[in-house]
Amino acid sequence: MRATLRAVSALLISSLALTACSSGDDGQPAASACAPSAGGPVNLTYTSWIPGIEEVVKVWNAKNPNIQVKVQTGPNGNGGTYQNFFNQLKAGNAPDLGHIEYDALPSFRVQDGLFDLGKCDIVAKAKDKFVPWTWNQVSLGDQNAAYGVPQDAGPMAMFYRVDLFQQHGIEIPKTWAEYAAAAEKVRAAGGYITNFSQSDINQFAGLAWQAGGRWFANDGKEWTVNLTDDKTKKVAGYWQDLINRKLVSTVPPWTTEWDNAYNSSQAWTWISAVWGANSIATGAPKTSGQWRVAPMPQWSAGESVAGNWGGSSTAVFKSSKHPYEAAQFALWLNTSDEALSLLNEKANLYPATVAGAGLPALAKGVAFYGDQKIYEVFAQASKQVTPDFTWGPTMTATYANASDGFKKAVSGQGTLVDALTAAQSSTIQTLKSQAIPVKG
Amino acid sequence: MSPAAAPKTRESLLSRSAAMLVMGVCTIYFLVPVWWLFVGSSKSRGQFIDTDPLWFAEFRLFDNIGDLLAYRDGVFLVWLANSLAYTGGAALLGTLFAAMCGYALAKFRFPGREILFNVVLSGVLVPATALALPLFLLFSNFAATNTFWSVFLPSLVNPFGVYLARIYAAASVDDELLEAARLDGAGEVRTFFAISARLMFPALVTIFLFHFVAVWNNFLLPLVMLSDERLFPVTLGLYSWNTQVNQLPELRGLVIVGSLLSIAPLVVAFLSLQRFWRSGLGAGAMK
Repeated sequence: MRATLRAVSALLISSLALTACSSGDDGQPAASACAPSAGGPVNLTYTSWIPGIEEVVKVWNAKNPNIQVKVQTGPNGNGGTYQNFFNQLKAGNAPDLGHIEYDALPSFRVQDGLFDLGKCDIVAKAKDKFVPWTWNQVSLGDQNAAYGVPQDAGPMAMFYRVDLFQQHGIEIPKTWAEYAAAAEKVRAAGGYITNFSQSDINQFAGLAWQAGGRWFANDGKEWTVNLTDDKTKKVAGYWQDLINRKLVSTVPPWTTEWDNAYNSSQAWTWISAVWGANSIATGAPKTSGQWRVAPMPQWSAGESVAGNWGGSSTAVFKSSKHPYEAAQFALWLNTSDEALSLLNEKANLYPATVAGAGLPALAKGVAFYGDQKIYEVFAQASKQVTPDFTWGPTMTATYANASDGFKKAVSGQGTLVDALTAAQSSTIQTLKSQAIPVKG
Repeated sequence: MSPAAAPKTRESLLSRSAAMLVMGVCTIYFLVPVWWLFVGSSKSRGQFIDTDPLWFAEFRLFDNIGDLLAYRDGVFLVWLANSLAYTGGAALLGTLFAAMCGYALAKFRFPGREILFNVVLSGVLVPATALALPLFLLFSNFAATNTFWSVFLPSLVNPFGVYLARIYAAASVDDELLEAARLDGAGEVRTFFAISARLMFPALVTIFLFHFVAVWNNFLLPLVMLSDERLFPVTLGLYSWNTQVNQLPELRGLVIVGSLLSIAPLVVAFLSLQRFWRSGLGAGAMK
């Protein structure tokens, strides 16, 4: 797995070197305006790794004989599909539509690979259907632009073991200060309050997002990188303290060890996104019925701010010859009740639309959570996510750098702040090496 | 046995048991992951998490295999068949080409022979990884990406096989034998298939196995070339599933059973061809 990632990143470098000798201008030119294609049925290709996406597309194809969509698939974005997109853009055979996570959109934007769907009247009109912060994730700083249609969101909340907290008479923490205090009591009772994710930096990004950290900014000319702003440092310092006092466990996330910590009642809470509901339910089957969901702990009592972890969009590539039809499909996929219900059922996607929070599937109580209507908590959280968080154009590299430092910090070498400082300077280096204008 | 030989025997006993120890440790080291995989494949998802990873819980291997084969209309079987077609087909044809090429380089004198051989040899140094992207751009020019051929054709090339074939041909095919065949009126092609290829057979098995493993493990080429799930080899398919585990944790069990099934063809190939493989390696070592 590790070796594969290396190989993929080696490819990234070699592909940059090869840009000069690529060709791909054959065939008709790509469309620049967003107008319906003249005459005849349109065939679109759509690359996505969402489990079960074929069945959703099948519904569309049955209803739209004139716009037929063919699904292509592959590993997840950072697992190779993003690199494939870049290669295909270079070779001129990119699909019409692609699944791109919010944190990867800027990298396609700086390579000028995306069609601006803001030019399509149907997309511009649909703007108000989406939760505002998700729209910011695709407009990338230009309110009239849309480099994708928001698909899903990952508003964060706190999963916790209601039985254990009650049994030991510990109050459910509402602020981060209470959370740290609870961590001591949980440790005294033989558990860990949670697991600090040493290798999946996205969780930390969500925590920083909630605290008001803003890692990147783009004024239209230049990027600013700020992985070490005060808010982010505050979050890093907070978790560093818990790590130093050995109040959190640090098993690598998404492993069986990690599942086991939850399944064997060692870890009592998890600050995670809405899709995490399914991760616990499948990873910790023995604890069924004992989990509940509460809003994320707050930095100041009485506030209600949430972070976001994950989320993705459906983008149209610049090389597409049928952007209008592609936009029609993308809108149906991400706003219609039938598609959103299916995406939720097949892949646990949580809709990015305002109305999506009212899907019947999201109104039900969930047995694993003691029949709590957990999605109501997430619907609230989704409204509370602060809107102006921007991702950088080289997140894969930034994550890798930060993750190296986090792993060291967890094993006692250096601190999380050191790791962020190092990631800060290497991110600036990466931007410079790709000739992306950057301050500093 | 004479008394003088006694200390020698003891010594060799010592070194023999040391060798056995090293081999025993290596064997355990190499087999434990396979054992883990086998045990893991036999468990339900819940037991996989919370029971001893190196020993069995409730034995559900066949249920798990059933789940795997039923998942998404049996796409796993399609992957397995693809892998066999890519790997088996490419290894068979590739071995034939390598054998002919190596044989020609060993047995015919022609201008530029050494240069040609050196160029082929330098091909050994270029990792398959580095070629995936140029190949993708090349195939894009012919609109041939995302096809069976985009993975199959590049897999036919095997410079290391040519190198081995040349050495084996020089070692095992006698020039006088070839002259006799020519005197008897056999054409070069017939001589190759009727006499030389048979003499080189153990070596060809070695080349076949090397090639088989190389193509089987060449993960990056299909990753870059293919986006139609029905064309994936099993390695890429399992990798794709594995990257979706965060989203759909149920997939982890399928990935583990799938990995177990996917190593079966390799094990079969090695065990059944082991006899030839050993003698082939030996022939190379002699020269």
